[in-house]
Amino acid sequence: MNEDVVIEARGLYKIFGADPRKAFPLLEEGLSKEDILEKTGCVVAINDANFEVRRGEMFVVMGLSGSGKSTVIRCLNRLIDPTRGQVLIAGEDIMKMSDEELRAVRRQKLSMVFQHFGLLPQRTVLGNVEFGLEISDVSADERRRKAQEALELVGLAGYEASMPSELSGGMQQRVGLARALANDPEVLLMDEAFSALDPLIRTQMQDELLALQEKMHKTVVFITHDLDEALKIGDRIVIMGPGGTIRQIGTPEEILTEPADDYVEAFVENVDRTKVITASSIMRKADPLVIPKDGPSVALRRMEKSGAATVFVTDHDRVLQGIVKIDDAVKARKEKSLEKILLEDEVYTVWPETPVNELLGRAMTCRYPMAVVDREGRLLGLLERSTILAEVAVDSDQVQSLSDLQDELSDDGPVSEEVRP
Amino acid sequence: MSALLPLAFLDAMDVGDFFEVVIAWLETNLEPFFDGLGAFIDWTLTGIEAALMWPHWAVVIVVMVAIAWRTAGWRIAVFSVFGLLLIVQMNMWDESMETLALIGTSVIIALVVAIPLGIWSSKSEGAESIIRPLLDFMQTLPAFVYLIPAVLFFQLGKVPGVVATLIFSMPPTVRLTNLGIRQVPKEIKEASLSFGATPRQTLVKVELPVALPTILAGMNQTIMLALSMVVIAGLIGAGGLGNQVVKGITQLNIGLGFESGIAIVILAIYLDRVTQALGAATQRQR
Repeated sequence: MNEDVVIEARGLYKIFGADPRKAFPLLEEGLSKEDILEKTGCVVAINDANFEVRRGEMFVVMGLSGSGKSTVIRCLNRLIDPTRGQVLIAGEDIMKMSDEELRAVRRQKLSMVFQHFGLLPQRTVLGNVEFGLEISDVSADERRRKAQEALELVGLAGYEASMPSELSGGMQQRVGLARALANDPEVLLMDEAFSALDPLIRTQMQDELLALQEKMHKTVVFITHDLDEALKIGDRIVIMGPGGTIRQIGTPEEILTEPADDYVEAFVENVDRTKVITASSIMRKADPLVIPKDGPSVALRRMEKSGAATVFVTDHDRVLQGIVKIDDAVKARKEKSLEKILLEDEVYTVWPETPVNELLGRAMTCRYPMAVVDREGRLLGLLERSTILAEVAVDSDQVQSLSDLQDELSDDGPVSEEVRP
Repeated sequence: MSALLPLAFLDAMDVGDFFEVVIAWLETNLEPFFDGLGAFIDWTLTGIEAALMWPHWAVVIVVMVAIAWRTAGWRIAVFSVFGLLLIVQMNMWDESMETLALIGTSVIIALVVAIPLGIWSSKSEGAESIIRPLLDFMQTLPAFVYLIPAVLFFQLGKVPGVVATLIFSMPPTVRLTNLGIRQVPKEIKEASLSFGATPRQTLVKVELPVALPTILAGMNQTIMLALSMVVIAGLIGAGGLGNQVVKGITQLNIGLGFESGIAIVILAIYLDRVTQALGAATQRQR
């Protein structure tokens, strides 16, 4: 048993209908969902699903309507009983659990967020967030404290006494999220959690979920029908096809670059790659100078070797200090230290997960390569303008106009200013 | 008729005989049960009557107006002041309070039976398929017909009046409790279960509160039906305003008929507005 696997589904089937057993032989013969419906009156919702969800990952189940994705998530906490197969939560088969054991798992390990929020209309925001704790007989004081913490986490502090109907859709879903987090579960099950929100709010909620996830490291199973959403938030993605079959499981890049079959390929065809390809996946190794150890002569040699006109400078902990230009290094050849020629304020820094399409604007106005840094300021790599443009050019029909723009800019590039992402 | 029904057994069948046999059987075999039930109803009724008739009428009016003000607002409160004083002025106060006590008793018992029945039929298709036609029967059978078995089981007076009233007025609450619970959005029920709630916790903490406005609408209907039936029950000596109406009819006493009629209308408006306001208050919260 792998320690890092939180949820595992083995040979999972769900068939709706009066006598699901009749459908199995037909499934084995390879009949389609439509034929089986006609012959037996049974609807095949999940057809032999096998997957595992690892601790701390965002696991996205993506499929169009009718692909059985909502049924899959409901099988994980047995809101729907699978017809056949196993679901293991932390190694325990929930199919074999008594009602009591199942409730204990639902209370402690799994929390769910719903598409239409599923809030209790007659309760206040606080009352809703307390709901899961109340069910588990947590004392009133502790309930309040935990609910309060969860509300602060989702940015709803101050709305405790509001009624759900007084809130916008986005805020209602934050309440739903807070309710799920208040139990401090291992796994969050999110069923099309952002699909009912308008596009702007949806994007915002996705960003906030990612930011929250960075703090909490929950295991999240996220259902969506929106490929862009799946690619944005998923660490790994399951693509489900019609008839409830799994077509491919992989990282967003794997799905995009190596689609498993024609179905997945047709699916990802129209995706804007620049939204998915991140800075970290196209950055180059930086090989920086280290202060106070290295001086101008080391800098010159390094630039000679790499053929670049600039080189990044870090301290011993790889924390970015600035950039040195070749002409400054030539002038300061005689000096011992880089101190005088170190440009501290002229470096563009980006996060590793920033998508390429967001870098495009900066690539146009930036004179030096961009530095990819983590949250502690450590240099992870560098990004050159040409790399970014090449990435965009792969599937953009604006290539021509972009390279024209680049030519224009390289004549007299504007002075870059420090922009921290 | 015989020519239209060629089959002999159909010709011989007598629906009236059937009910006579059933009622007679119930009367002989379940007498202790009916006696106990009668005593319980009598006891409840006497208590409510005492609470309404022992204090001075002015005290009761103040309380009733206060309730109207709190729930339904100042317009209904003002209406209640004038309406209730008019009842006093018409010398109908005691009869009105008797009627109110009859309604109170029937409605309390009806709700105690109807709400669990409604919950049961919302949870079980089997239960619903039995209860639903029974409710149809109860609601469409002419109100006067209830009076016959009620009198057989409980003799004349207030107790059979209450029994006939509660049977007649029960169906809307059963129906709307059932409907209200069935209409609770699926996601809300799923949310409750997904957090590990037991079926009982889901019912008490989620389904009933969400269905409450619908259930209250059913209770409002039950109260209004009880009011209309309690007047009809005057025919079997249930007392209150019904007796006055019957007297008005038999004696062709136009004044008495209208006075008791107006008192009924005032009570009806009061009860309707106050209970509707209760429903609206739970609705407003959401």
